[in-house]
Parts: sequence; structure tokens; C-alpha cells
Amino acid sequence: MTMSRCDDRRAFLRAAIAAGAAWATADLLHVEEALAFASQRATATAATQTTALTPEDATVIDALCSRIIPSVDGRPGARDVGAVHFIDRALATFNASQRPMYVAGAADLNRRARATVSGAASFASLTPAQQDEVIREIEATPFFQAVRVDTIVGTFALPSWGGNRDYMGWHLLGLEHQMTFQAPFGYYDADANRKS
Amino acid sequence: MARQQAPTRPAARFQPSDTVDFVIVGSGAAGGIIAKELSTAGHSVVVLEQGPRLTERQFDHDEYGTFMRGHNINDPAKQPHTFRANAQQTAQKRQTIIYGRLVGGSNAHFTGNFWRMRPGDFNEASRLGGVKGTALADWPLTYEELEPYYTKAEWELGVSGEPGPFDPPRSRPYPMPPLPVKSSGVLLERGARALGLHPQPSQMAINSRTYNGRPACQHCGFCLIFMCEFRAKSTSMAVMLPLAEATGRCEVRPNSYVAQIEVGADGRATGVTYFDGSNRMQRQRAKAVVVCANGSETPRLLLNSASARFPHGLANSSGVVGKHLMFNSYTEVHAQFEHPLNEFKSVQNTRMVLDFYATDLKRGFYGGGGIDGRFGKYPVTFALDGLAPGSPTWGEGYARQLQQQFSRTMAFGCHGTSLPLESNNITLDPSLKDAWGLPCMRVTYTDHPDDLKNSAFLSSHAADIAQAAGALKVWRDPVVPQTQAVHLLGTCRMGNDPRTSVVDRYNRTHDVRNLFICDGSSMVTSSRGQPTETISALAFRAGEHIADFARRGEI
Repeated sequence: MTMSRCDDRRAFLRAAIAAGAAWATADLLHVEEALAFASQRATATAATQTTALTPEDATVIDALCSRIIPSVDGRPGARDVGAVHFIDRALATFNASQRPMYVAGAADLNRRARATVSGAASFASLTPAQQDEVIREIEATPFFQAVRVDTIVGTFALPSWGGNRDYMGWHLLGLEHQMTFQAPFGYYDADANRKS
Repeated sequence: MARQQAPTRPAARFQPSDTVDFVIVGSGAAGGIIAKELSTAGHSVVVLEQGPRLTERQFDHDEYGTFMRGHNINDPAKQPHTFRANAQQTAQKRQTIIYGRLVGGSNAHFTGNFWRMRPGDFNEASRLGGVKGTALADWPLTYEELEPYYTKAEWELGVSGEPGPFDPPRSRPYPMPPLPVKSSGVLLERGARALGLHPQPSQMAINSRTYNGRPACQHCGFCLIFMCEFRAKSTSMAVMLPLAEATGRCEVRPNSYVAQIEVGADGRATGVTYFDGSNRMQRQRAKAVVVCANGSETPRLLLNSASARFPHGLANSSGVVGKHLMFNSYTEVHAQFEHPLNEFKSVQNTRMVLDFYATDLKRGFYGGGGIDGRFGKYPVTFALDGLAPGSPTWGEGYARQLQQQFSRTMAFGCHGTSLPLESNNITLDPSLKDAWGLPCMRVTYTDHPDDLKNSAFLSSHAADIAQAAGALKVWRDPVVPQTQAVHLLGTCRMGNDPRTSVVDRYNRTHDVRNLFICDGSSMVTSSRGQPTETISALAFRAGEHIADFARRGEI
């Protein structure tokens, strides 16, 4: 969790003062204050209900999101991070003009689902492999392209936009959200140290 | 190191009806520095900034809000502009120009690259014999004249770096050592050395250690178009404006959108009119006006200040106000490596290659530039288009690649020149008005063929460096004419001849004795894609001279 990392870092900074590190106290207070504030901001509450999308349509869009960025190799995917909640919030506000396209797109997915598996209740009830088959039919549509972009935003934008629950989207990328890091940052940094 | 004094006096508050010594339009790289120079020299100063004043507590790491929803930048809904590639086209609404719209200006969110220009940049036109069909010109300054102000900028703001083998002479070393190297820097260095090039530490206006009471960089990784919560970035916002306000003679007035510079019957500027935060028209009277509104808004303001006496726009007897707009070329080469680089940490870049800086006409074109190692992406932008061409765009393969490659990808940023062309310019749109009823700007721009050739040349070398560094996969951005810009240069160029330039060598307009302009618009040539240190040095120099003129009664 971000908060605990920030707290650890603050503890480290305090220890650094105690150890007489070359930090002026006034500067450290500023750093500490910034860290504390950042950790407050990091606590976003995740939505559980949708407003712009009906529960049925939300289920279909959520299923589509979960095939765009599926959970693989034990890491979270778009469904786990609640990308559909970003989409719903956007459709209820600044992205309202796209709502009809989403509603029509969800209906189209359900029609195609029934054409693929007779008697299928909805796109969401297909197996992942069947869903992928349907998606390949609509890959080039503006609807799919819009959902792809929104799924990405819902997975990777700050949790305050409605998705990326607990920064899980960032974790799937290997991005730790910390306000402070220390060198070495990556695998190859060591080469520079060896050379000198 | 002497710590800079904390404010001892409250920031000044003036009434618009007060006649202050100076009103400065814009609070960015140049505006902040000139405000500090003039107020510490004893003058009363009002800085008008169209954007809000944000504190560190209001900064965030909101990539989506910043990159895709226009937080803290010029607002296309309220202040749109139009774009066309050439004068034959009808300009269409489009966000071509991007600048920081907050106290601190674009400088508040800049990446921190802080490069000096070199002696040969100031007389490039005469050295090369000009470039046919362009307005390439010599500066009215030499490097030697500007050098003390480069040094001043580096020490007063706070810059981390180390001179490289091609660096110009300097009178003082960098105040801080380079920032710690990242994997992108190590790999750039490895590839460049293998090719016989000369990589060097990046020169950044970011603290590598505590400096003048501000902390060292904490390496959070959000520098590019983000403001620094820690005040480790050495900006006007973090350094200059607080010093100006601490004099008790400077007021920074946010939410003040300047409409016009007013001129009296004697042809002298009397102040400016602006819309306040409640959209009420206000007038700030001043003995002199300094415009630091950036290379797009500065010419727009002059053109919007036309009057019977100045029918073609204020200070535009030359007709070159708005002309010679230069964006700087920029293109990236992307590369994937075997092991994690974790480029999401720390500053954008830590090593660079300046072997291709100087123009070499044997290459067949004007221009040059630098290559740095960086990432240039955040999670959303990476997921949108950060994978190698031909990678899956959805599904399990896509998810796996995102997981695998986010930490293993870097970019080689290629920063290059733009030639000054009369046909690349800022004019007023004939019909579009902003939310305040003022004519909007119209941008006309097409990169000169040499700019594109130079960009492709740098990109090709960057790809070689990436391969030599052992990248598993390398791909290049297509080099195409630019339609979006954050560097806004050349539109009120400096020169000795009033017929071909807008400001003189002290940034005073040739036409109006008490009107000064200093920002990217003053630049005669485009630098190598990193103009901020030159803008800062010009501002320190102009500030000092304007204060001298005032003291001697020469304004």
C-alpha cells in the first residue's frame, strides 16, 4: 500500500535526521509535510454501483474491459481494478456524449453473443474464449476503440478518477507509487557504479 | 552556502489604480526572474498571471488530468486557438499550443533541462552564410555577454550538472553535482561510448542536494509536465517569486487575464487592462510594462493592443511581431531491454549526447541537437501506445506485455532546431473570440525541410545508440511536421535593427520606450531544443539593465 510506504519513508527520513544526515530540519519538515499530504490523497474510495450504465450494461462493459486487460499470471486486470467505475463516472459527467454509443455497443455485443452461442443470456455469460471471438468481430469499430481507451484510463489513471482501485493498475505494471525513491533505480545502474 | 532569507515582509498589495513602477505580464521563467530583479532593486512590481496560484498541496501525479484533460494548462474551451499548416489553408480550432496556466507558468511544470547555448549559436547565420529562404539571423549579443547571466541563473536558481567535452566556457562551476544516474543514462552512455560518442551528465534545474533551503530531489518520478511537491525543481515558482515577494514590493496577482497594453497620447505605455477572477475589467497603471507571457501570448497581446497610433499592433513597426515562430523539433526512439530499468523513478533524464549539437553543412541541412535517455511515458500513455509496433493492443498478450515492458522500456529523446520562417507565425484569428471577447490566436506552422531532416538524422543516431546499448527491440517515431508545441520561440525577436526586430539587445521594444519584452519570443534562433536556461539568462540580464535604466531615468 502506498500509505505504508510513505510512512516507512517518513520514518526513514526521521532516522536520517537523528543520524545527522546533511538535511536541514526546515527542509525535512517540508518533505515530511508533502509526504503526509500525498498519502492522504492516495486514499480514494472505490465505487460499487453504476449511475450512467444500467447494471446489465455495466456487466457487459465490465466483461469487455476484463478481456481488453485480462488478469494474467496472477496479476490484476481491468475488472479487478474497477475500470468500469471510471467509465461509468465519465459517462455520467464529462463523457456523457458517448453514452448512446456505449448502450448501443453493449446491445450489439449481446446480439453477437447470442449469434455465437444460442441462448446466451449476455456477452458477459460467454466464456473468455468466446468473448474474444466476438471482440475480434468488432475490433475496428469506434465503440471498441473508445472502450479500449477508457479501459486503459480506468486501469491506470489515478484512483480519484474512479478506477485503478488501490493503485492495483500501477502494481500490474510494476510501478510502485512512492513519493521517494533512492538510487539504484534499475538493473543497469550498477554498471555505472562499477565503471567508476 | 548562505541560505536565502525567508520572507521578512508580507507580500505587497497594490490597488489597480496605484501607478506601480512595473507591471509584468506573466509569471513564468522570465516573468519570475524579472520580478525578483526589479523588486530587489527597489521598484514596486505587480505580476499579472492569468492562471491560479497553486500550492504544493494542490499538486498531484494525475497523468490523465494533466495530459488528457488539460489541468493547469491553457484552456481550449475558454481560450481556444486555431491552426493551419500554411496561409493557403483555413485555420481550424485545434490545441497546437500548450503552456502552463498557473502562477509559475510553463516553467512550473518543465522537465528541468537546463542547457546553455554555445558561442557559435549567437552568430550562426553569418558563420554559415545564412540559410536561403529563411530568416536565420545573428543575435545582437555574444555568448561572452550572456555568460555572466547563465552563471547567475545556474547559481540563483540551482542547477545540478557537470560540464561536458563540448560545453562552452563557464566562469563558475555548477553549484550542485549531477543527479544520480538512472538505467536509461547508463544505457545511453554504454551505447554512445561504443560508437565513439561522448555522453555526459544531464544538466538539470533540479536539486541534487539541499540548496538554498530547498530539499534535494526525492526521485518520485513525476517531473515531466508536473509541478514538484518538494520544491526540488528550481523554478520561478519555487525560487524567484518568493524572493520577489519577500521584498515587500512585489505583488503576484493570479487569475488576471491581460487584455491590452494601454498607450497614452505620448506613445508611452500607461499600464494594462485585464479581466480579474470575476471577469471584471481592471486597469493596472504602471510607469513601465514588461511582457513575459510566452512566445504565443506575447505577440497576441501586442497584436490585440493595436491602436490608431499603432495600427499593426503595439511595438510592431517592423511587422515581425508574431513571425518566426519556432517550436524546436522533438522525436523519440524507443527501446526495450532485458532487465528492469524502472524509468518511472527519478528525473526524466540523467545522461545526454551532444556530439551532434553544432550545424555541419556537410550533412546537407541546417541544424543540430542533443539526445538524452529518458522514459517520457506514464502508465496511461504507456498503455495507449508504449509497446513496440505490432504488439497486441488488447487481450492476454497485451496484458502480459504491459506487465513485462513497462519497467523495461526507455526512450532516446532527440531535441533539435527549428529555422525561423516568416511563414511560421502567430496572428489573430479573423473571427474566433475567447470567453472574454478577445480575438484568439491563429497558429500557422510547417517545419522547414531541414528541421525534419535534422530530426531524422538525430533519430537515426539515437537508434544506433540504442542498438549499441544492447536493446532487444528498437523502434523510431515517424518524423512528421509538428502540429503541437510547448516551446514557443522567436515571435518578438531581439535585434539591433528596428526594421527587422521587435526588441533591442536589452529587451526594450524599439517602438515604445517603456515597454519591454522578455520570454521565448526574444530568441533569435531556437537553441537545441532546451531554451529555458537561455530565456532565464536573458531575463536576469534584462532585469538588471531595466533596473539600471530606471535608476538613471532612462525609461
